[in-house]
Amino acid sequence: MADDSIFSKLSRRDWLKGLAGVPILGSIWFAGASFAGKAKRERKALLETLNIKASPPPPTGPMSGDPIRVGIVGFGGRGEDLVRALGFPTQEWLEARKKDSAENPSDTRLKEFLEQENLNVKLTAVCDVFDVRADRALRSFNSNGNVCKRYRTHEELIASGEVDAIIIATPDHWHAPISIDAIKAGIHVYVEKPMTHNIAETYALRDAVRANPKAVLAVGHQHRQTQSFLTAQDAIAKNILGHVSLVVTATNRNDDNGAWQYDIHPEASPQTIDWERFLGSAPKAEFNKEHFFRWRKWWAYGSGLSGDLMTHDYDRINCILKMGIPKFITASGGIYTHRDGRNVPDVMQINMEFPDFSTGSSQEAGKEKGMTFVYSATLGNTFDRGTVLMGHDASMELGNAVTIYPDWGSTRFQKMIEEGKVDPTVPVYQYDPSAHGTDAVTSATAKYFANKGLLWTYRDGKRVDSTFLHLREWLSCIRNGGKPSCGIDEGFEEAITAHMGGLSYKLGRRVEWDPVAEKIIALPGEDLDAILLANEEFVTSSGTKKS
Amino acid sequence: MNTQSLSPAARNGLVVLRLLIGWHFLYEGVIKMYSSTWTAKGYLLSASFLQPVFGWLASDSLIGFVDTANIVALMLVGVLLVLGFKSKWGCWVGIGLLALYYLAHPPFPGLPQGPSEGSYWLVNKNLIEAAALFVLAQLTTDTHFGIARLFSTSKN
Repeated sequence: MADDSIFSKLSRRDWLKGLAGVPILGSIWFAGASFAGKAKRERKALLETLNIKASPPPPTGPMSGDPIRVGIVGFGGRGEDLVRALGFPTQEWLEARKKDSAENPSDTRLKEFLEQENLNVKLTAVCDVFDVRADRALRSFNSNGNVCKRYRTHEELIASGEVDAIIIATPDHWHAPISIDAIKAGIHVYVEKPMTHNIAETYALRDAVRANPKAVLAVGHQHRQTQSFLTAQDAIAKNILGHVSLVVTATNRNDDNGAWQYDIHPEASPQTIDWERFLGSAPKAEFNKEHFFRWRKWWAYGSGLSGDLMTHDYDRINCILKMGIPKFITASGGIYTHRDGRNVPDVMQINMEFPDFSTGSSQEAGKEKGMTFVYSATLGNTFDRGTVLMGHDASMELGNAVTIYPDWGSTRFQKMIEEGKVDPTVPVYQYDPSAHGTDAVTSATAKYFANKGLLWTYRDGKRVDSTFLHLREWLSCIRNGGKPSCGIDEGFEEAITAHMGGLSYKLGRRVEWDPVAEKIIALPGEDLDAILLANEEFVTSSGTKKS
Repeated sequence: MNTQSLSPAARNGLVVLRLLIGWHFLYEGVIKMYSSTWTAKGYLLSASFLQPVFGWLASDSLIGFVDTANIVALMLVGVLLVLGFKSKWGCWVGIGLLALYYLAHPPFPGLPQGPSEGSYWLVNKNLIEAAALFVLAQLTTDTHFGIARLFSTSKN
């Protein structure tokens, strides 16, 4: 046979040199397979031990039935975001996104918007004190069978009979008055954070909601929809971290927009803005464009870092730990990065004490109890410090992803660390809902929010706007019953905590909460709301006084 | 090219080079095949050069195929080079893979270097390995040390 004749000529040397590669190949394959297989088995065993469920929240109910008629009060930047999430983009936004996606194919914002589920709502009313904004809404929202009217005041809008529900995205000092009027009229409310601007109206709004249980109130903390936070909740429930003694969160921004230096519209004037209406309960002042567009910079209308940004972090943590209102708050800070006439601090540290709170323990009973939550903010630096929950057994880093690192001194993981099964420098668990989805976050601020899980969330690996999900949850509660994830009780805790932070900053001392009487403790003669809202003058670096 | 004219030391050197590179490719392929979570997506999406091309390869509709093709190609190169069979083909496939790896994150001045264990300017280990494969494609040693020897009439 031919083959025999070929191979019969081969010497032993030929066979050796011809086939020597085979055992080499086998060794490499075996080494790779056993190495990767061992790593995989250990990983699987560890994940089974941890048993953290990365499950999405149950879907909210159907959007069927008659359309819900929604009104928007306050059609500025956030107001536009909210009604767009409802399915109503302005013409300007649509044109800008068409241009963006034509120039940059990876910009999928328009595509994502167009693929968004129809929430079956009509946008029937707009209320804004600035003519330019109201006109923009009327231009964009009187088409495709939708009829949208402008109302000069929220009272007229509520009394019009044209709305079932309203979204409030005004300056902070109007949040509670409008919410209370609407709830008393049986109108459902979605109000932006902070829920209130002072202490007294926080109680008044809670009373109004309790007295009108048919009206659904939701507070705009959209990150409650983020899938990673639910995973974090499960890790806490299974006591993976052990006793959490310290939580740190931070705001780091370093640009004009992030410091509330918003653009002043060229058409702004006493003729186009109802200035008296804007002022509302705020101290009387002459017409002032800067106050109108950059209201977040003054206690008269806004609430600075404690109300505007700490509330997001507080609610994020409260959603996971459910620790409620802190017993004590000590805050400090100052105006160190934007000496431009503002009177809210731009650098602020808020230390919240929860002496009786515990997430659980892996050590002997009674050894561990109490937690501090530190919120640390600057508007003059962008270094990303992340959010970390620090427990005796592990630390959890929280953003769009959840990453858990075991601790060197852990009781729970001690044996596994000694056996080399876990390494404290390597996460024992990571859940990244975006791992199978591409991200094209555009601005630095958008990225900041995305990293915090505040902007986008994921469902089945698909990127979803968390504001959309939060509004959908509110609409589902209106249609199908149920309780919003951030309702009046969560909003009450958020608002009181923010006000305690603002008060401590202004008083320069520790502020205490009495959980039995449900009151912030005041010293004799102190009017806490007057102190919180005090709108002191600030001398700028050039020596000129601004108010 | 026939390597018979080379000194035994030079020829054995080429065999060792072929085995080492084959080893490297095969091990990379096997590890990726047995790691169920491995994907080239991050490497492709973070490309610092020719982003549209690498972004397209990383798209949801293509990434599954790209990952599989990469593993198959890595293992094919490894098997051919280690066994000494059609190693010339293996060399060219390997050069193609390395060219893609190089172009996604080239060490060009002005581009971010990304995570790496050394410092590089224009030349990095991917490029050097590709150059070595080019040499091996010219000077095949399969009939000296490899399965091809069993089917060859002229053993060198």
